[in-house]
Amino acid sequence: MEIPYTVSARPDTGLYNAKIGIWLFLASEVMLFGGLFSAYVFLRIGAQPGYWPHGLLNVPVGTFNTAVLIASSVTVVLAWASLKMRQFAQYKIWMGITILCGLLFLIVKLTYEWPAKFHHFGVFIKKEALAKYEPYLGNNYLEAKGLPERVEITGDVEDEAALKDDTAKTYVFKAIDAVNAEPINPESDRPTFLPRPLVEKKVVIDKADVDYASMFYPRHSAYFSAYFLITGLHGLHVLGGLIVFTYFWLPVGANLYKRNPEHLANRIEVAGLFWHFVDLVWIFVFPLFYLL
Amino acid sequence: MENEPSHAPDHDTAHHVNKHVKGYLMVGGLLLFCTALTVFLSYVNFGTQKANIVVAMALATFKAGCVAAIFMHLKSEKWTIYRFLLITAIFATGLFLLTALAFHDPIRLNF
Repeated sequence: MEIPYTVSARPDTGLYNAKIGIWLFLASEVMLFGGLFSAYVFLRIGAQPGYWPHGLLNVPVGTFNTAVLIASSVTVVLAWASLKMRQFAQYKIWMGITILCGLLFLIVKLTYEWPAKFHHFGVFIKKEALAKYEPYLGNNYLEAKGLPERVEITGDVEDEAALKDDTAKTYVFKAIDAVNAEPINPESDRPTFLPRPLVEKKVVIDKADVDYASMFYPRHSAYFSAYFLITGLHGLHVLGGLIVFTYFWLPVGANLYKRNPEHLANRIEVAGLFWHFVDLVWIFVFPLFYLL
Repeated sequence: MENEPSHAPDHDTAHHVNKHVKGYLMVGGLLLFCTALTVFLSYVNFGTQKANIVVAMALATFKAGCVAAIFMHLKSEKWTIYRFLLITAIFATGLFLLTALAFHDPIRLNF
């Protein structure tokens, strides 16, 4: 039995059915991401001064990924336009580029951005011990300038395996972030566009002075738990879009095109609407997590 | 008959779509420019962190609007879709209002 109104519009709605379907789905997606973003707002407003990190993500890489996603939104709409003009070869090229852009986005995220975080360590110093670590925190300087205090020291630990040793009395850094190495340098006041290199410096922190310590995992802070959850869910959406695009890029698409080119055009339009939504979510994720 | 195949492009549709291709490329360029602008402005000190957030979110909303209006064709869509989105917007606004309510102080009667 043929499914009705996959190509022609239903007289009462004026739309083919899949378009109604995808918009209903996208409406539910707005509520899904809306819930997560409102949780972000809630956590951020409720965070104590110094406990909402800034400048821990790589902005040039994030900017690059944003540009890649925007480019893929353009190419997917061009793939759809090619089908509407019955230029199948053009469609294959634009859709191929879209798939490559999506893959590039995921590769950057999963092989570079996330793993780099998993090897970065941070210790939150107890309130009463902040003065002891003043050379790495610069809170007197920050107070004089009216800036929020620093409570965390971050960098690379000397021996990651030693973190499992509960008998150890200290955390030992082999290199610390520039913001802790030069806390009273005005360059450390605000995050910089280019990440500043770590400074080789052995820093020993007494565990007794530490409130909480963790690699940059979701458990590190409300910030990183929101970051990994939202970018992870977004990444899953990118993967979902890629699977659909690849399906229609393979011979399945060519066969459908031979049977009814408008049907393929409609399917690509619907998949494209999903892809644009994924791009739209990233447009908010990027400044909220990377820049602000 | 429903879903009848049409192998040749509908001349009007093809012409219409072709006319829009240049627009899609221009919007893509505008979005890339706005991304660069967002990054640049995030390093400009607008006085308070709040002001920087407002500027970045205003730009992000403009970019999202471009994607929705042009790439997602909401500029000229059927009323059925607008109705869906209107209801979604009402519920999404309610969701964010709930977050605001969480910070409401009933004793001092302010947010």
